[in-house]
Amino acid sequence: MNRRLILILLAALIVAVPLSLLAGRVWIDPFAPETRNAAVILMQLRLPRAALALVLGAGLGASGAAMQGFLRNPLADPGLFGIAPGAALGAVLSFWTGYAASVWLLPVFALIGAGSAMALLALIAGREGGIALFTLAGLMISSLAGALMSLAISLSPTPFAMSEIVTWLMGTLADRSWREVGIATPFTLAGIGVLIAAGRSLDALTLGEAAARSLGVDPQRLQALMIAGIGLTVGAGVAVAGIIGFVGLMVPHLVRPLTDRRPSSLIVPSALAGALLLLAADCLCRVLPLSGGELRLGIALSLLGAPFFLNLLLRMRKGLV
Amino acid sequence: MSLQTLDLGVKDRIADLTVMLHLGEVTAICGPNGAGKSTLLSCLAGLQPPDRGHVALGGQPMAGLHPETRARAIGYLPQAPEVAWDLSVEVLVSLGRLPWRGVPGSEAQVAIDEAIAAMDLDALRHRRVSQLSGGERARTLMARVLATGPGWLLADEPLASLDLAHAAALLACFRRQAVLGRGVVLVLHDLAMAMNHADRVIVLDRGRLVADGAPEFALGADVVERVWGCPARWVGEPGARALSVG
Repeated sequence: MNRRLILILLAALIVAVPLSLLAGRVWIDPFAPETRNAAVILMQLRLPRAALALVLGAGLGASGAAMQGFLRNPLADPGLFGIAPGAALGAVLSFWTGYAASVWLLPVFALIGAGSAMALLALIAGREGGIALFTLAGLMISSLAGALMSLAISLSPTPFAMSEIVTWLMGTLADRSWREVGIATPFTLAGIGVLIAAGRSLDALTLGEAAARSLGVDPQRLQALMIAGIGLTVGAGVAVAGIIGFVGLMVPHLVRPLTDRRPSSLIVPSALAGALLLLAADCLCRVLPLSGGELRLGIALSLLGAPFFLNLLLRMRKGLV
Repeated sequence: MSLQTLDLGVKDRIADLTVMLHLGEVTAICGPNGAGKSTLLSCLAGLQPPDRGHVALGGQPMAGLHPETRARAIGYLPQAPEVAWDLSVEVLVSLGRLPWRGVPGSEAQVAIDEAIAAMDLDALRHRRVSQLSGGERARTLMARVLATGPGWLLADEPLASLDLAHAAALLACFRRQAVLGRGVVLVLHDLAMAMNHADRVIVLDRGRLVADGAPEFALGADVVERVWGCPARWVGEPGARALSVG
């Protein structure tokens, strides 16, 4: 069942990627090759952007699936661990200090921010903390990073820096190059690999913490794998594209009914579906006519995600989930 | 792995307590609330180390065992077991194979099929957990433990949420497993169930071992009165006794 789903998602991606390359402010007609600068648009703008959408979407989808398995809750989102706000805080500081002018330093700052949030999370949650304490620690880090970001914005040295920060935080794949693809891909793939390795333990956790331990799960190892896996995927994503929410929440939820519902069988299909969703959403952002530029991907997904989340909550209240 | 005994010597929370459990027996752990029953079971399952003393499995210290080796030997059914995702019966039962990493899929499938058959769940194999009745759910969770193929079955108040018929059916399952040579250890609140169905009863009170032996002795009226604090007497025939309280 799972293999068939993976094949279907792969086939959808194989169809969607070339189509996505054609859409944008300049539509490229494959049967009329005389479009001006088509090669440049494809190779330098659209292809890296599509590649980034695939990588980031895969990371967000996989981390959402693992996160929901870890917290045993379909409403969980990778953002809950406070790693995304940590990475965003790092990026904001790079704007604040002016280091963002150097193209390599922004993602480096963001990765350091993600790494610090991961270390803080591991430190607070401790060795015997349990999942509830772990989640609360994540929420605390999240609000701390949020407060520090607001502080940095309110104290920003120039109005230009402030507008740069605010725009960057909205999350987008516009104007990204192969460099960003090169930064995000290894971290994201490593993160997905770590989350796949956590799959068996997440399956056992379906039965609760005590039963999982009785099945041989080492809770400390699982916690370390989760911090590393979520940190790498989410940290890399924020580092190159800003905060893109709700993918990690929506995708596993949509994919779950198509699998046998074990967390481990959800990770790879969620990665593929996340890639597909982000690719489609980014295309939509490119082609929507909007005065003054294009719709920001982060905003578009929040607009999609919030009603989705609300619907999920209402269904849960009725006991249908 | 051959297991003959499971020793426990725990101090402090469970004071000066030494028990040795045997394969092929149904042992019930009884006691009032806060007596340390779940703590004892959790120590025996290797889920928490005793404050002092040690737990051994077949002569080997539990603390030194690899978690997966321990998980293959001891099946544990927690109190009020949860199932986070709406799995099918077959997939839920297959979770019992998690400690057997690297074992061929065909072998795992045989174990899963046997566990499903043993709990009479063949017709429900593809049904989702949310669609099961309380009794069917209890049997499914039991099949999950059996799929591991453990030498020991430890369950914390497995009958708590079951009606009379389902409780009796589940107890019969535990009895069958003991006859097949497994060691069964149950935390039981219902003293009549323990009296009628256990081979041996361990009575705890505030962390102390009060009685350990055949049910007629360990759950004698005097013990019940002393430990539970209410006058009681057993009525009925052996094997079908009821406790009259007050």
